[in-house]
Amino acid sequence: MTTRIVELRRGILKKNDELAAGLRASYSAAGVLVLNLVSSPGTGKTAFLEITLRELKARGARVAALVGDLETDNDARRLAASGAPVRQINTHGICHLDAEMIGKHLDGWEGVTLGGLDYLFIENVGNLVCPSSYDLGEGIRVALLSVTEGEDKPLKYPTLFNSADAAVITKIDLAGPCGFDRELALHNINEIRPGIRIFETSAKSGAGMEEWLAYLARERANRNA
Amino acid sequence: MHELSIVASIVDTVTESVAAYPGARVVEVRLRVGALASVIEDSLQFCYGIATDGTPLAGSKLVVEILPVVMHCEPCAADVELEGLQSFRCPRCGEPCSDLRQGRELEIEAIEIDEVEEAV
Repeated sequence: MTTRIVELRRGILKKNDELAAGLRASYSAAGVLVLNLVSSPGTGKTAFLEITLRELKARGARVAALVGDLETDNDARRLAASGAPVRQINTHGICHLDAEMIGKHLDGWEGVTLGGLDYLFIENVGNLVCPSSYDLGEGIRVALLSVTEGEDKPLKYPTLFNSADAAVITKIDLAGPCGFDRELALHNINEIRPGIRIFETSAKSGAGMEEWLAYLARERANRNA
Repeated sequence: MHELSIVASIVDTVTESVAAYPGARVVEVRLRVGALASVIEDSLQFCYGIATDGTPLAGSKLVVEILPVVMHCEPCAADVELEGLQSFRCPRCGEPCSDLRQGRELEIEAIEIDEVEEAV
C-alpha cells in the first residue's frame, strides 16, 4: 500500500461558474441588462418587481422576468399582470437558482429571445445564504432588505451583501411604525459593502422608484456604450 | 443549506479523479473554503458522511481549511486580512475596502489516496 497525494485545485462550483460565464457572454452579446434579485422571503421582491416591470414597460423598454420559488406559480402570475413575459422556475426544494436552471428556462421560452430584450430580471428563491454562491451570469446583483427585517440584516448575512452591486431597502412607508433606524441601516450596509448604491423604496407609495429606474437606464446605457 | 449539493459535487469530482488510480482508496479530501463562501463546515461534515456512503469516498476524512478574507487596501497599498465579517475596513488605517482578494474560494485542493501495490 502506498499513499499518494493528488493535487486537484478544482473549484467545487466550477460547472456552475462555466455555465454562468457562457450566460454572461450571451447577455452581453444581446445587449440585455440582467439583474439577480436576492432577499429573504417576504422582503417584497415581487411587489418591487411588479412596479419595476410596469414602469419600464410604460417607458417603452422591453422587459421580461424569470422567477424562482420552491413551489407554486403565484409570483409569475402576479408579475404577468404587468404584461411582460414571465416564466416561473420551480426548484422543488432547492434553496437557490443556479446557472443551469436559468439556461434551461431561457431555452424554448416562447416569444422571448435575449436579443429582443432590454432588461431581464431574475427573482431568486427567498434566501439570504445560498444564492450568494451561485453566479447566474447577471450584470447586477441586487440585495433587498425591508424595514421590517431589522437594521442588522447586512451584518448577519455579510456574504450576500458583500457580493451585491446594489442594495434596495423596501417598505420604506413602514419605517415609522417599525421604528426603523435609517442611518444605522445605511451604515451597516456600507460597513459590509463600502460605497454600494442604495435605494430606499416603497412599492406602495412609489417612493424611490424614479431613482431606481434612472439607475437601470444609466447602467444599461453604460454597458452597451 | 446547500451543503448537500456541494458535497454531491465533491463526490462527483473526486470519483472522476480516482478513476485514474484503479483499486485506490480515498483516505482524505482537502478543501479550501473562503470565509465568504457561505458554507458551514459542520454542515459539510454532516452531509459528507451521508453523501459518500457507497462511493469511492466512503470512510474518508474531510479536511476543511478556512481562508480569511483578504482585501486590498488602496491607501496602505497592501493586501490586508480582515479579522471578521462585520466590517470591510482596513484593520491598519480604517478606510473602507471593496477590492476583495481572498475569501470566496470553494475548491478541492487535493486528495490523499492509498494505492494498491501492483503485483510483481
